[in-house]
Amino acid sequence: MLTIDQATHDAIVAHARRDHPDEACGVVAGPAGSDRPERFVPMLNAARSPTFYEFDSSDLLALYKDMDARDEEPVVIYHSHTATEAYPSRTDIGLAQEPDAHYVLVSTRDGIDRPVEFRSFRIVDSDVTEEEVSVVPSHDPAVETQEL
Amino acid sequence: MAIEVRVPTILRTYTGGEKAVSAAGASLSEVIDHLETNHPGIKGRLIEGEDLRRFVNVYVNDEDVRFTGGLGTRVADGDAVVILPAVAGGR
Repeated sequence: MLTIDQATHDAIVAHARRDHPDEACGVVAGPAGSDRPERFVPMLNAARSPTFYEFDSSDLLALYKDMDARDEEPVVIYHSHTATEAYPSRTDIGLAQEPDAHYVLVSTRDGIDRPVEFRSFRIVDSDVTEEEVSVVPSHDPAVETQEL
Repeated sequence: MAIEVRVPTILRTYTGGEKAVSAAGASLSEVIDHLETNHPGIKGRLIEGEDLRRFVNVYVNDEDVRFTGGLGTRVADGDAVVILPAVAGGR
């Protein structure tokens, strides 16, 4: 099960709406081993595409160095689908390389003014398992937003 | 001195769980061959045919090797190599 606080959930949804019709992507980092997504880090989609996302290569290095320095890991890796359901595509599955992460998919296919789908999956060795999402009022510390 | 190679979570099965291992070589290609001798199987996860896999990023001293000569990128003792899987996908 993914447990995520309301503000972080809303920040992911807002990012997906903002970048629609391109795919939005990012991570929520948390203390290593904690399974607590605490630090919201929206990333630039270097592909700037409605059908593909990829973290920019130098941003990716900076992100991992930053997480290392903080003893964090990517607890959530999120991206949006803007014309299809919030379910991992074959490409998503083939490229998923963080077996410990919760892969969150958001779909804005019904439009940015409509409710969005928000679902979470484990992807390990190309096996996809959907999991329950529990949105809780908060867990400390407060969401730290970063400018793209 | 040697070359430090940072290994991502998904490849630590090849390094006995180690986050960083040391290697030697004058080019990235030689470093990967050296890694393979100590950690058999890791090379195939980094290289496909004659080139780095499209969705594996390798950095030498914080520079993405795609911009510094790929597998031919020169390395020297004391350099830091970081391997990171791309975070990517698509519908």
